[in-house]
Amino acid sequence: MNMELSRRGFLAGAGAGVAGTTLGAFGFGDVEAAHAASIRPFKLANTAEARNTCTYCSVACGIILYSKGDLKKGEKAEIIHIEGDADHPTNRGTLCPKGSALLDVVHSKTRTLYPQIRKAGSDKFERVSWEQALDRIARLMKDDRDRNLVLKNADGVTVNRWTTTGFLAASATTNETAWATYKVVRSTGMVVFDNQARV
Amino acid sequence: MTNSWTDIKNTDLVVVMGGNAAEAHPCGFKWVTEAKANRGAKLIVVDPRFTRTASVADVYAPIRQGTDIAFLLGVINHCMQTDKVQWDYVRAFTNAAYVVKEGFAYQDGLFTGYDESRRDYNRSTWDYEIGPDGYAVVDETLQNPRCVWNLLKQHVATYTPEMVERICGTPKDKFVQIARMIAECASPTRTMTSMYALGWTQHSKGSQNIRAMAMLQLILGNIGVRGGGMNALRGHSNIQGLTDIGLMSNLIPGYLTIPTEREPSFDAYMATRGFKPLRPGQMSYWQNYRKFFVSFQKAMWGEAATADNAFAYDWLPKLDVPAYDVLRAFELMHQGKMNGYFCQGFNPLLSFPNRKKITTALSKLKFLVVMDPLQTETARFWENHGANNDVSPAAIQTEVIELPTTCFAEDEGSLVNSGRWLQWHWAGGTPPGEAKHDTWIMAQIHLRLKELYRKEGGPVPEPIVNLDWRYKDPNEPSPEELAKELNGYTTADLTDPNDPTKVVIAKGKQVPGFAVLRDDGSTACGCWIYSGSFTEAGNQMARRDTTDPDETGAYSKWAWSWPANRRILYNRASADRSGKPWDPSRKLLEWDGTKWTGYDVPDIAPTAKPEEVGPFIMNPEGVSRLFTRGMMRDGPFPVHYEPFESPVVNVVAPKVRGNPVARVFRNDMEQFGDAKEFPYAATSYRLTEHFHFWTKHAHANAVLQPEFFVEISEQLAKEKGIKPGGTVRVWSKRGSVTAKAVVTKRIRPLVCDGKTVHIVGIPLHWGFTGAARKGFGPNSLTPFVGDANIETPEYKAFLVDIEPVAGPVA
Ligand code: SF4
Repeated sequence: MNMELSRRGFLAGAGAGVAGTTLGAFGFGDVEAAHAASIRPFKLANTAEARNTCTYCSVACGIILYSKGDLKKGEKAEIIHIEGDADHPTNRGTLCPKGSALLDVVHSKTRTLYPQIRKAGSDKFERVSWEQALDRIARLMKDDRDRNLVLKNADGVTVNRWTTTGFLAASATTNETAWATYKVVRSTGMVVFDNQARV
Repeated sequence: MTNSWTDIKNTDLVVVMGGNAAEAHPCGFKWVTEAKANRGAKLIVVDPRFTRTASVADVYAPIRQGTDIAFLLGVINHCMQTDKVQWDYVRAFTNAAYVVKEGFAYQDGLFTGYDESRRDYNRSTWDYEIGPDGYAVVDETLQNPRCVWNLLKQHVATYTPEMVERICGTPKDKFVQIARMIAECASPTRTMTSMYALGWTQHSKGSQNIRAMAMLQLILGNIGVRGGGMNALRGHSNIQGLTDIGLMSNLIPGYLTIPTEREPSFDAYMATRGFKPLRPGQMSYWQNYRKFFVSFQKAMWGEAATADNAFAYDWLPKLDVPAYDVLRAFELMHQGKMNGYFCQGFNPLLSFPNRKKITTALSKLKFLVVMDPLQTETARFWENHGANNDVSPAAIQTEVIELPTTCFAEDEGSLVNSGRWLQWHWAGGTPPGEAKHDTWIMAQIHLRLKELYRKEGGPVPEPIVNLDWRYKDPNEPSPEELAKELNGYTTADLTDPNDPTKVVIAKGKQVPGFAVLRDDGSTACGCWIYSGSFTEAGNQMARRDTTDPDETGAYSKWAWSWPANRRILYNRASADRSGKPWDPSRKLLEWDGTKWTGYDVPDIAPTAKPEEVGPFIMNPEGVSRLFTRGMMRDGPFPVHYEPFESPVVNVVAPKVRGNPVARVFRNDMEQFGDAKEFPYAATSYRLTEHFHFWTKHAHANAVLQPEFFVEISEQLAKEKGIKPGGTVRVWSKRGSVTAKAVVTKRIRPLVCDGKTVHIVGIPLHWGFTGAARKGFGPNSLTPFVGDANIETPEYKAFLVDIEPVAGPVA
């Protein structure tokens, strides 16, 4: 099976072919090309595709994301359709009620869009810049680590353990995110560290 | 999973217990349908609810939640009593013949060595007799009364069909019918698969639920074969990956462990991880531990980890308790002993037990950072939402920082499915607003911390300032760079041990697999079990070749599976002692006289002689364990323990409440309810239209299942005067919720030891953010106690009361 065959290319070719044959049969040879070009192409023919997997359960059904705009070319890309990947050996194109509605979670009205801070005792979030949010986080972490890192236990054994700040990691992130997270968290000596695996 | 989704089509019998694949894993469940349609496989479902999985089962039996061990030990007893045992497998591939030390015993629900004050055992007698040759003593004839087989036989004898009915509420005839069907799989040419999920793990004895089935599968010879195995369906899309990479208090990637403070030096650490074989000639693969560990340290600290500083051993934290799991974390927070907390794509306000305690704990933090693509309840725990989050913002002094992250569709990288396949995916959309990748955020935090330590100094800055961060763009390591580190690479030329002038792999190359890793610092590898996933031949996880010779379901060129692209774990056990497949029609591997050949990557050295080397190469015994020695805190055999909140007394151990070694924090013990006050047995579950607390943010799913409900039987509804669709209040010792009542035939009362037990089902998908109606989750009610071995909270069995209340006017 040719895995590189682009579905988009295939559809574009097929569409033009059908138009050309029909018109040719009626003897409109000359106008054929012009007419074919004026036909509104199938919606997905103008999209970029990306192979992905469903974000929910670990059946990990294969999906195809269709976007207006191509990320690979550095364009802004808006996902307009998601469907099951028929080539995928596990799901063979099928999706369950969760996977079928993935587009709605991508474009959910309640996605987080900007860094925000809620100050102590406040009843609202306030929008801040990434710089402000990250500087604040680093400050809070360092102050707490400097004050509370346990260097040695009662027996004088070097333990370098930080127990007053903890990190709960996500199990829908990629392995690569998990590894970057692991490195950063472990390097601080943090031991209050867990993920959904236990829950 | 020991096997894969696509392998399920090879089975003869599917047992779904502790899961509901048709609703929770629908597209994977399709493979059960395949097996039924094409092989005539049968499906057994044992569940408190008549689920959609049950609706297509050949046999369904009800069971009271939290009694699976009694049921499974009952089946083992049936197999032993009726001689339905795959004897050649049991004799050759399990520790049935191993002789257990004098002094080990079991009585009234407890094993030798129990100390009630510590809620723990002294496990020193839970081990093999060691002979003068230094190896475990075995009695191949199985005559020794102290061999594992005879001890097991004695242990399970209590669990007769009558006893199973008394404990589980499963009608005896149903149980016997199921036990017989399962026992048929003792034949070398019949196999059974076990599909389970959180219905088994979310108990104070969750690990032992799974042990019990694993033991049964070994007795039937179903581990390592096509269509067999222990198949954890798993929840989140990368729960397997996060576990593999060890994002847990006590883990190092690849199931290595963080040192404890009893191991002050690298040598002391290695001394307990020698893994000397327990029988002659066994591989005992963990003997390579040091290579994996040193390579991990090199991946963390690069050139700063050297032989001279014991590869930066001191830079790893040393634990004083077994683990700082989430329950301990929130206990410490509740005691005011924590200041900061990060939640990356995790919503503990709805996910962790005893929500009132969680809210109080979060309110005591100085700061909380939430990184998430969705607006979670946790990030808004301080916001008043009336009855749905009844707090006073002014009284909560926690500073909360919410950071927007990308979702799957805007991110690239690999995820590990339940079958251990690492599948690469690509981004399709631009992140909304100012959302950023988690890798960028983690890099920013690291770079800022490093800068602060450089500028200001501070205690032990070394592990932070020396963290290997040689990425092309330090502000955002690329998924490929990170994946290459996980695979591992050489940091020096690797020479042939027999000829040091010969370079076998040059410096700076991706390693082809974990077999070449070394313990002298010449290799770096983030996660040894992922070694082979991104080699000099490229990104193996991105492979999309669907060829499957002879349609075995292996798809060995699709993506990449750990370890070493092996699709079925323990696959050496698919062939008999001499290396011939048990079932020629289901051949996986075969010994051709000089090497192992077949459809899968052998789970053994390719030239290891079948009669000499046992198939369970990770175990120092070389065989699998029916008796787990001292490796599990609550016993070398499973025992039936009631949930901490149970409607009945434990009939096999009346004096024991819950799992006797499950950790219970003092104040939580006082918050357990009893059956007098809370007469109904509640359980939690998922719906097919929802995934945890995410899909309520998706319009379509919010429309499909808009509102929180609880599910009860017609009988209970009648008793309590509850109308279908009416509003009810459900409460436990820890909290109270209101919900719509769904009155159903899917749940029926059970009779356990002469007592009628009513079950209340509580699905878990609602909160106070998103597109669905505001509601509650079961965690407002559930107890703060976890499994004795891994601390998974007991969500599946607890006690409540229920009453009708006036509902909102529609
Ligand atoms: S589509 Fe359904 S079955 Fe497939 S991965 Fe998503 S949630 Fe799981």
